[in-house]
Formats: sequence, structure tokens, C-alpha cells
Amino acid sequence: MSVGKSVPRVDAFDKVTGRAKYTDDLIEKGALIAKVLHSTIANGIVVKMDISEASAIPGVVKIITCFDVPDIPFATAGHPWALEKSHQDVADRHLLNRRVRLYGDDIAAVIAEDEVAASRALRAIKVEYEQYPHVLSPEAAMAEGASQLHKDYPKNILAHTSFEDGDFDSAILEEGLIKIEGTYETPMVQHCHIELPISYAYMEAGRIVVVSATQIPHITRRVVAQALGLPWGKIRVIKPYLGGGFGNRQDVLYEPLNAYLSQQVGGRLVKLELTREETFYATRVRHAMKFHLTSYVRPNGRIVARKCTVLSNQGAYASHGHSVTSKSMTVFRQLYNDEKAKKIEGYTVYTNMPSAGAMRAYGVPQAIFAVESHAEDIITRLNLDPIRFRQMNMMPVGYHDPFSKNVNYFDSFNQCMEKGMEYIGWNEKRALYKNQKGPVRRGIGMSLSWYNTGVWPISLEISSCRMLINEDGSLQMQLGETEIGQGADTAFSQMAAETLGVRFADVHIISTQDTDTTPFGLGAYGSRQTYVAGFAIKQTALILKQKILKYAEKLEHKMACDMDIVSGNIVLKSNGTVLRSLAALAEEAAYSMEHAEHLTAESTYQCKSNAYSFGCSFAEVEVDIPLGKVKILDIINVHDCGQLINPQLAEAQVHGGMSMSIGYGLGEQMLFDEKTGRLLNDNLLDYKLGTLLDHPHLEAQFVENYEPSSAYGTKGLGEPPAIPCASAIRNAVLNATGVAVNTIPLTPHRLFPAFKDAGLI
Amino acid sequence: MYDIEALYEATSEAEAIRLMQQYPTAKLIAGGSDILIQIREGKLAGCTLISIQKLDSLRGVSMDEDGTLRIKPLTSFSHITKDPLIKKHFRVLGEAVDTAGGPQIRNIATIGGNICNGVTSSDSGSTLVAYDAITELTSPDGVRRLPIQEFYTGPGKVALKPYELLTAILIKKESYENCEGHYIKYAMREAMDIATLGCSVNVRLSDDKTIVERMRVGFAVAAPVPIRAKSAEAAAKGMPVSCKTINAAAKAALLDVSPRTSWRASKELRLQLVEELTKRAFEQAIILAGGEL
Repeated sequence: MSVGKSVPRVDAFDKVTGRAKYTDDLIEKGALIAKVLHSTIANGIVVKMDISEASAIPGVVKIITCFDVPDIPFATAGHPWALEKSHQDVADRHLLNRRVRLYGDDIAAVIAEDEVAASRALRAIKVEYEQYPHVLSPEAAMAEGASQLHKDYPKNILAHTSFEDGDFDSAILEEGLIKIEGTYETPMVQHCHIELPISYAYMEAGRIVVVSATQIPHITRRVVAQALGLPWGKIRVIKPYLGGGFGNRQDVLYEPLNAYLSQQVGGRLVKLELTREETFYATRVRHAMKFHLTSYVRPNGRIVARKCTVLSNQGAYASHGHSVTSKSMTVFRQLYNDEKAKKIEGYTVYTNMPSAGAMRAYGVPQAIFAVESHAEDIITRLNLDPIRFRQMNMMPVGYHDPFSKNVNYFDSFNQCMEKGMEYIGWNEKRALYKNQKGPVRRGIGMSLSWYNTGVWPISLEISSCRMLINEDGSLQMQLGETEIGQGADTAFSQMAAETLGVRFADVHIISTQDTDTTPFGLGAYGSRQTYVAGFAIKQTALILKQKILKYAEKLEHKMACDMDIVSGNIVLKSNGTVLRSLAALAEEAAYSMEHAEHLTAESTYQCKSNAYSFGCSFAEVEVDIPLGKVKILDIINVHDCGQLINPQLAEAQVHGGMSMSIGYGLGEQMLFDEKTGRLLNDNLLDYKLGTLLDHPHLEAQFVENYEPSSAYGTKGLGEPPAIPCASAIRNAVLNATGVAVNTIPLTPHRLFPAFKDAGLI
Repeated sequence: MYDIEALYEATSEAEAIRLMQQYPTAKLIAGGSDILIQIREGKLAGCTLISIQKLDSLRGVSMDEDGTLRIKPLTSFSHITKDPLIKKHFRVLGEAVDTAGGPQIRNIATIGGNICNGVTSSDSGSTLVAYDAITELTSPDGVRRLPIQEFYTGPGKVALKPYELLTAILIKKESYENCEGHYIKYAMREAMDIATLGCSVNVRLSDDKTIVERMRVGFAVAAPVPIRAKSAEAAAKGMPVSCKTINAAAKAALLDVSPRTSWRASKELRLQLVEELTKRAFEQAIILAGGEL
């Protein structure tokens, strides 16, 4: 048995010894270096570009400007292709853009013999712009007379959707309801994966090969082909090991431009690696959102009706667009079960900001911050018990979502809360921290976490797997689903070992995806891979097992159905007698003069389900009021992600997610110069990503309700841990100080004035 | 890949000065933790460098015959933190520079480079001004000494003349003797950050530990350069060791500072921190000096 064990990662030794090859490690000597020229205005048009001086710099090979690229608009979101045109992502950018829509838009590219020459050329290009006033917020972008960024989107509204469950207007007429309102804002943040966006491209046999640190190799192939106007098969994408993605690489970033640049220099190998600064403004970010919530509640805490308006800042290009806002809206719809009615409308609005795309938990951290902060505001106002309030209003067991067909099978919320309360000492500390005085106060807070994993039924869910038995009985496995640092290869290997009956050590997973040889898959996003790939692995392993046992039938003169494979041996099912080793069978199968057979299997599974992945966070903080500082004393996330495939890896996933969520709550935000639209803190000094010393002990616990819809009883855990800490911390600060801060991150810059206003300083 | 036109490696102080005369536009580079960043940013792209990194004569901490502590400019932050003389006589400096960057930066960054950069946020600057450090500057014309407060002339500007080299930072015996100091770096992170405000307080108490004989306080990021708060010092001098004295000094510090609002922090927050950190650092310094509150 392999599933459920904390086996070491399959890539652990190669990664810690530096042997594992990442994109940059694979580049041949003599590669040309490409660098992108970014606009120094936020809104306008490139009128003219003078490249004469830049072209003359020694080492410069070619300069491509926004006037040279083909007029093919393309979409970059890493979604499965939609056959229905109305479901396709918005194609609103070119390889290089004449119409500038953010400070830092891509307007030219230099190809040079080395980095120094390329950088010198960038500085020597002279650009003439026609400048328009820029808009940085959805409100400004939707205002009368605001500059329109994309021609088909008046008032810069990329999308506007709404829904109403029940009859809101009549629900709020009930007598005795208390109306509670609040506005909650979340910042634009960046993924900050440590490996920078990098790719290289070259041509071979009339096709373009792109090697890239991407989460989505097969989707990248399609988008590169679309952007260049080539048949999809003319592109080959290879994905080596990569250093973190968190959704930024669930977007096609510079691969199309990289492919195009190689094409422009006769197929020579061109490398395009971004700097950290470019990564901040020129790749993708998390949508900044603003929620206005109005609740109508009975004095006992029962929510009768709520409404919500959400404004989502899309930035310059559509990327994942309104899909993210829609997911935020679903949180509002499902986490709390309003007795009579709820209504919400959401706007996703273009602005002259970096483009927002997918980022770990896809709109849900924003919505949970708003909904769970608002819940705490109701609790505080009505003097209710936070746990009791949630139990009274949260999604009930047995809830069935008519759209996704998801079912809340278990009492996960209560089970998770129970563990969290126990660990943090909830009841004692709530009592202990009442009525504090003095400059340093402690508090405790919590938040629920809601997530639905995968993308079905909005998009396709499919995974393919190929397995073959080596002559020594070991297994080669290939999947389209990607290892992006989260440990997917290890979990997949455990699943294969489990179903096929081979030892874990005998599973050799091919980590690299190569669209020429890897079976089709969609990649790492939506916390989908353990769930969706699980089906493909199980199905393929069962096919292969059947083939092996059929072969054994000839050798052992026993019926296949009476035999099994256990720990790498062919055994008799009835009493476990070892008939022969799989190794011996494999050698025979490979070289038998009578009946040689290559034992392989390949299959694809399209799943038409996904699963809820719920949890919670509890945080205990100490607030130093005069210094405006919050210190986390203790924090725990509890998640029900079904059966754990590898508990140690699961714990690591939770640690990483908690770190992101803590940063979201306390430190991380992208700051812009209002006058120019320029990003001010485009580096890891000024963008306050937490360091090791900023982290408390991160406690991760689990509730393991076997997910009935899943091949291995498991469900997604990639994103959920990044959801609930920010709101738990905010609620703990409220508990400590009585001050409700509705905008994150809770930096001293925000807390100092808030404490001052509240008379605490 | 760094855009560097040429790199000259000096093998002696005299050669360093000669190279500076030969290449007047060249930049001196020691540890490189600031210069390389500026080259990468393009500000110094294509520059010529003169490296003094290998001049061991400019590295280390020693004591002159008169008890003056001599800190040579190429001494790295991690070296300073671990140095026995610093630990014994000037512990607060070792603690202050230990808050800079991360371990790798502290192994390469030099104290000389830190002050020659002339930035107000330097983690050594506030403590050095609070101890009346003296800079020793060497040029073809000879050696001169300048109080550190005069060495700092403006944001990013110092009083080095052409062909002049910082060859030592001196702390007189009178300055460190019977004196205990405490530095608080206030930043947004616990590591890898630049001070939003830094406050370094040191005190000398009376023999019976009840009177503040001398209190000195230096700030980072409270003005365009690291500064002393003379009003705070005057408010504390000769006063009893008490919370009242601490609060009075902290209030008085506000008279001496001139922080500004930038996107990194507001003036109001910095003023709040000036007062609050003065209190906390002063209190801690008193405790270290054996005082009771």
C-alpha cells in the first residue's frame, strides 16, 4: 500500500543537490538573449519608435517593435479551449502592443548576443507616445468620460453578471431585522514564485520548439500557435522542472513572443527571461476587489437576506477575467445559507494596471476576506458567539449545488472547527482576552474556508496517462499533469503503485512534459490534479494490470481473475501465494521467442464531477498598538481534502498556502504612483513578502472524509490553504483591539491611523 | 550579467588612491552589495570600478594606545557582530549591523561602504552618530579626521573629496566607556528589510544607577541623513532614572527630527515611531546599564 504514506518526494534528492534541471539549466551555449521594452506611460499610443541608435550597438542582432508584429489578437488565459465561441477567453492583446494600456506594456523586443548588449539597446530606443489620462481603479474606469481601453468594452466593463436567489426586496421587509453594512477591500498581490518567468525557443524541422517554465504545456502549445497564426501541431512545448507557479504560469506569458522572436532570427535559439521587476508588472497579479455587503439579520444571528456588490480590478488585459470574479461571487452564494434571499452583482473592469489572472484560489481569498470579516462584524455588533453564528448559517450537510452537482457530503466545517478550537484553546482564550487594557493586547479570531476544486462544468476536465512496464518489472509513467513544486509527481507515483500493485520505488515518473510525446493533459490549476489525474492513473493502471495478468495466464495456467499483483509479485488471490515476480514476467514478456509483448497501457479519463474542499483557520495575535504591529502567536489551518495521498506533502502544501494567506493579511500589496500609474514596489525588498523570521509555527491539521466521487477518495488541497488566514487574523485583531479594519493588508501604515481614530493612541 | 566597463583591483591603499587619480570617474567597490545593485538597475551601467576588496590592511577592529576603537572600513557586518572588541566595548553596533539584510549580505557588506553610501536608512549610521564616531580620511594630501555627523552631508552624499579614501572609523574611549546602548530597527519585516525608522540610544548612569549622566540618541530615516536628537539628550541629562525622564526625552526627540512622507511610510507614522522607539530603546539601555525602572 502506497497511498496515505509520507514517502519522500520522488524529486527530493535531485532538487536539493542541484541536479534537477530547470529551464535555464538546459539552454545551450550561444543562445541569443531577448529583452522586452516596456512603456513608460500607462495609457496611450506609441506614435513613433526610433531604433537606429539601439540597432547600432555592438551585439544587437535584431529589434522588433510593436509596428512589426502580426495583427493577431490572442487570449492568454490557461483555460482548456472552449468550442463554443461565447465561452472562449477574450483575445485582447498582441505580441507587442501599439495601444499602451499599462505602465510597462510590451512595446518592443531586442534580440542580442548577450544581456549587456540587449540592456544597452533597450535604453537607446527612443519612443514617442500620444498619452491619455489613465485610470487605476474600477470606479475611475467606469466613470463618465474615462478613457476606454478596449474598443468593444464601453465604460471599461469587461463583464457584469448578477444573480438573485429568493426575493430580496420582500425578504428584508420582515420585522425586527437588523441591517449591517460593510465595505471590504483586498489588494493587488503577486505570486512571487522564486524561479522567474523564463522560456527559450528555437526551430527544428520547420516547427517551433518552446521550452518554458509553465504549469500548462498543452494549453501553451495552443496559445502560441494561435498568437503566431500557425497550425497547433507546428508548435512543440517542453516543460522541465519549475520553481513555483501559483497560477501565474497558468497563463501563457511570454512564450508566444519568444517563439515569434526565434522565428524572426531564422529559428536560432532565443532565450527570454524576465527580471523580478518585470514579473511584478508585466505578468499577472491577483485581482484587487472591493465588496460592499449588506446583511439583514435576526437578533439571534440568523441571516435572512444579504446583498453584495463586487468591483474587480482586471488591469490592462483580460487574461482570466470575469471567471475569477464569478468564483468570488459563488463564495457569497454558497458559504452562508441565507434563510430567504441573497443577491449579488459583480463587475470586472479594465484599468491601466497590471493584468490580473489566476492566482492560488482564484478569487476566493478575496471573497472569504469580505464574507468572513463581515460575519465577524455581525457577530460583534449583535454580541454573538462566532462559532455558533457560523453553525447557524453555514452551508448545511447535504447541500447540493444544482450547477456543479457538488454535494456537501460531510459535516466538514464542524469537524474542522472542532480541531481548530481544540488546538488554539478557543474557549479559554476568548474568555481570557476580554476587556484588555494597555498598549499590547492579544486576540483570537477564526475564519471558514470554502472552495470548489477543478473547473467542471464550466470547462473540460480531462487527463491522460501512459504506462509501460520495463524489462525488470518497473513502471514508466507519463502524464500531461505537471509537477510545479507541489509534489504532484510523488502523489501520482503513489497512486500508480497502489493500483498496479508495484513497489513505490519501481514507479519511474517522467517529470518533463513534452507535447510531442506526453499524453494530453491540461496541467496544474484549480487544485485539480490529484483529483482528475487520479482517474486517469487508476484507469490506466487497471488496464495495464489486466494485460499483465492476461500474460501471466499463459505462464501460470491460472485465470487472470484469480491472480493479482502485490508488491511487485504475481500472486494467487485466494491465498497470496507468490507465483512469480513481476520482474520475471516482464523479462519473459519482453524477450520471449514464443510470445513477446510490450506491456503498455494508455488511457484518457474525462471526469464530469468535482468536489468541495472545506476548512478553517484560527489565529491568535498580539497587537502592539503604539507601533501598529501585529504578531501572530499561533495559527492553525484545518482542511478536509478527503483521503490524504501523502500526509507530509499535504502538510507542506498547507504551510505554503498559510504563508501566502498570512502575507495577504499582513504585508503584501502592490503600490502604484497615482500620477503616472507606475508600480512603486516592483521588487522583493519593497514588496513585503514574509521571510522565514516573519513566520510563526504553522500548524496544519486534517479531517479525512473519504471523497465518494474521487478515484482515491482525495480532493484538492493546492489552493484552499491560501484562503482563510487573512480573515482569521483580521478577526483576531478585532478581538484584541475592538478595531475592525476592512482593508488588507493590516500594515502599520493602516493600523496606526485606525488605532488613532479609535482613540487607542 | 553586469554591465561593467573595467575593473581595477587595488593591492594597496596607495595604489587605490593612484587608481582613483588615474580613473577619476571610476567607482570604488568594496563588498558590492550596493554598487552591484545600482549597476543592475542601469544607474551605474557601463561604469569602471576600482576594487578595494582585497586590501586586508583596511579590514578588522583594533584598539589604539589611547583606548580609541579603530574600526576599519572593509570590516564586514558579520565580522563586526562577532568581533571580541566590539562585543566588549561597543556591543550595540554589533547588534545594529546584525539587523541588516540577511546572512549573505552581512558577510559581504562592509561598514565603510555602508556609511560612504550616505543613506539615512543605514543600520550602522544611527549608532555611529550616537557614539560620536570620527571618520579618518586619507588622500594624497594626508590624513584628516571628521566627525561622522559632518561626514554625512545629504541624502546619498558624504564629505569625501576626490581621491580620498575612508580608512577608519574611530570611537573614543570617553564615548564608549561605562556606556550601554540599545538599537531598535523598525521595519516591515524581521529580516531582509530596510528600516522604516531606526533608533539607537546609549546611556551612562551615575555610580548608584539613579541618575542619567549622559544619554545620546541617533536616528535612521528621521531626517535626510542619520541624526542625533540633542533636545532629547538635553531633556535626559542629569535627570533621575524614571519613566518620567524617558517620556520627556521621547517627546523632546520630536523637536529634532524631520521625517517626510513617502510611499514607504507617512510622516505621522514616523513621528509616532520616533517617540515610541526612543522610549523603548532608552528604557532598554537603562536596564542594560544596571538601572531600575
